[in-house]
Amino acid sequence: MPRIQFRLNGVETTVDADPDRSLLSILRGPLGMTGPHFGCGSGECGACNVIVGNHAVAACDTPAWSVAGKDITTIEGLGSAENPHPLQRAFIAEQALQCGYCISGILMSAAALLMQNPKPTGNDVKAALDRNLCRCGSHNRIVRAVLRAADEMASS
Amino acid sequence: MTNPAPSSAPALPVSLAANPVLSSWIRFSSDGHVTLSPGKVEIGQGIVTTLAQIAADELDVDFGRVQMVRASTAASPNEGVTSGSLSVQQSGRAIRQACAEIRQIFLTAASDQLGVGIDALEIKDGTISGPGNISTSYWELADKVSLDRKATPGAVPKQSAKRALAGSSVQRLDIPDKVFAQPRFIHDQALPGMLHGRVLRPELSGAKLADLSEDGARAVAGLVAIVRDGNFSGVISETEAGAEAALNMLRKGATWSPGETLPDENRLAEFLKAQPVESSVVDKKATAGAVEKKRTIRRQYTRPYIAHASIAPSCATAQWNGDRVHVWTHSQGVYLLRADLALVLKLPAENITVEHMEGAGCYGHNAADDVALDAVLLAKAAGGRPVRVLWSRADEMSHAPFGAAMAIEIEADLDAQGEIVDWRHSIWSNGHAARPGRAAQPALLAGTELATPFPRMISTNPPQANGGGGDRNSIPLYDFPSWQIDSHRLTTMPVRTSALRTLGAQGNVFAIESFLDEIAAERGEDPVAFRLRHLRDERAKDVIRAAAKRANWKPEKRAGTGYGIGFARYKNTGAYCAVIAEVEGAEDIRVKRLTLAVDVGEAINPDGVINQIEGGAIQATSWVLKERVRFDDKRITSTSWTDYPILRFSEVPEVVVELIQRPDSDPVGAGEAAHGPVTAAIANAVFDALEIRVRDLPITRERLIAAMELGA
Repeated sequence: MPRIQFRLNGVETTVDADPDRSLLSILRGPLGMTGPHFGCGSGECGACNVIVGNHAVAACDTPAWSVAGKDITTIEGLGSAENPHPLQRAFIAEQALQCGYCISGILMSAAALLMQNPKPTGNDVKAALDRNLCRCGSHNRIVRAVLRAADEMASS
Repeated sequence: MTNPAPSSAPALPVSLAANPVLSSWIRFSSDGHVTLSPGKVEIGQGIVTTLAQIAADELDVDFGRVQMVRASTAASPNEGVTSGSLSVQQSGRAIRQACAEIRQIFLTAASDQLGVGIDALEIKDGTISGPGNISTSYWELADKVSLDRKATPGAVPKQSAKRALAGSSVQRLDIPDKVFAQPRFIHDQALPGMLHGRVLRPELSGAKLADLSEDGARAVAGLVAIVRDGNFSGVISETEAGAEAALNMLRKGATWSPGETLPDENRLAEFLKAQPVESSVVDKKATAGAVEKKRTIRRQYTRPYIAHASIAPSCATAQWNGDRVHVWTHSQGVYLLRADLALVLKLPAENITVEHMEGAGCYGHNAADDVALDAVLLAKAAGGRPVRVLWSRADEMSHAPFGAAMAIEIEADLDAQGEIVDWRHSIWSNGHAARPGRAAQPALLAGTELATPFPRMISTNPPQANGGGGDRNSIPLYDFPSWQIDSHRLTTMPVRTSALRTLGAQGNVFAIESFLDEIAAERGEDPVAFRLRHLRDERAKDVIRAAAKRANWKPEKRAGTGYGIGFARYKNTGAYCAVIAEVEGAEDIRVKRLTLAVDVGEAINPDGVINQIEGGAIQATSWVLKERVRFDDKRITSTSWTDYPILRFSEVPEVVVELIQRPDSDPVGAGEAAHGPVTAAIANAVFDALEIRVRDLPITRERLIAAMELGA
């Protein structure tokens, strides 16, 4: 099995894997991560989104070979209860979810947006999240939470 | 023999009467915690937080001391199914009543210990204190006071004004874990030695497994077992990727018989009306005097099959130990699932433990129960190791039950003044419930696939007393002088249906509220005024007035923009909800804003109620504008998000919710209140904008064109 190397949440990581295997399958399988969620397996729902470089991508639809040497951030690398990312604080403040299954992917899409555009408008947020599906109908709260986080980051 | 209790005696809330032992609900530990064990489960609606609020309030303890236990058949009270927007009504009332009694029990114990009367004692954050700095606490008394006793109806819960937490928007307990990616979902559970299973299901509807070559799957690394029992087959692997690969090989080795013929998706009303049915009169109201009918108008409304389409495919884990099995599930009813598993396995229920874990958003009877049986059947071949089974997206979109398609005909007789003098409402639909655990046969998919199969359960309708099914919300709340409501439930079921949010209420409210709008338009009467004139219930009128006021009804007309109203009281006994929709567009309709007013009685957690209403409104918008299960004559074809699109961020309307607080009215659920009214409000707004009446959902470009041609 070929070895594939990348930086995962800042840590140099090596896995032995079929290069065509999906990044999601590697993250959830041998790497034992549970943040990126499986939703469809074909890049249509965004529940498994992670950041590669500074773009949000669907990990289920990303072959392992394509992330060799890249920087990958998952929800586990975004922040923690002790040291939360402003987005995580904002999602709690806005109570911006119902079931929460889609949220780890949405947080990563939102984090990628804020890396590229620190002062987004509501429409910018909606456009950035348009490939993320939410079935419970928490969309408006999610948009508010992302704007709130952007405000907080701008003023700090 | 004992004398029957006088009818005026206070009765226990239904869930508490069924599970009267107080310790099955509440326990105190000496380290300062209260453990609350409800029978209802978290399905994304935030109920666990609301129930904790109720307990903390009634016991006078800080909210942070309440620890919630997930439902399990090992210990939890049996509260049936978490459905029907009944969790606050059933679990909430039971917990409030149990806590009121427990509070009294501890006050009595404290009074004995401290030697002062109960009236001299007060409780603050669990500390029970009296005059002169004497005190004890729940925690000190925990080991001395037994709650292994049955609840009695005498205890009186606090008055609403004395509750500190009810009515305040406490933050949900589960949200931090979810934003910090702490594993909480069943999908993320990792048990020691856990294996991964996948089940092979046919693409053709109802096809049988004629032949299965296992060679390809056997060659896949990590394979533990291939399981086959009749038409049920699946694989177990050491790894998830191995299970996926083995399933792919198994699929290649499978030969299927031709399946069953599905109806024509473009002629659903004709199909529904041509099937064998069981007919019943839902309600009949006779007029007091003779009325003169001048003319009759008749309209037909339809809704398609609708998919649950949760973001996660269904998942379960099972582990056998001899003849006992432990199941982890996101089912809505752990005891009901256990009953069906016992039927399939021919085991006593005591041998089966079913434990709840959170899944993705649950909007009714999805595949959660089905996948639990899949896991149990596969795990038999796992030598005592736990087996986690996950459905594919395609299976989730085609093999899980759907919300039933409906055809609804309404006829109204009008007098010379155009007033409604008689109203006839007829429904053709499959039943809206085929839930597990309620019949002599199981309702689980794999049960129908075994070598000795159980028959397919044809869905039925809950009785009107429980809110009805296909007939839910079919009885008008308007004061028409006479009416008859008929329900025709199909006794065939080529497309599998069961409970989806609101059951038949979305279809019936769409039909009633659209028809009223048509009559009001014909009369040239304002649709809000028309509704208010026909309502007697002040709470109903209040939500309509509040929504209309908040939306500045009726805003001045602009080209390409329309406004419409919808109203219902969910199940005619639950939450009141009125909606004003603002839409724009011509060929493609965009819902710009939804303004809702809601009355759920006492709103324990107002933000939680608003969250549920917003979510319901957005989900209903998705149903109305986009959703329709697609099929040809052999198979369900809408098996991906491309083929079954749902509303996206860029399409979501602004949602404004006004909550009418009634702290002295019993709390009712909010999860299903918005769907029917939102559906009707959008359809009515489309008519206002375009003068096109769409009577067949969803309101897509092709339906608009079809309606336009019909009107031309």
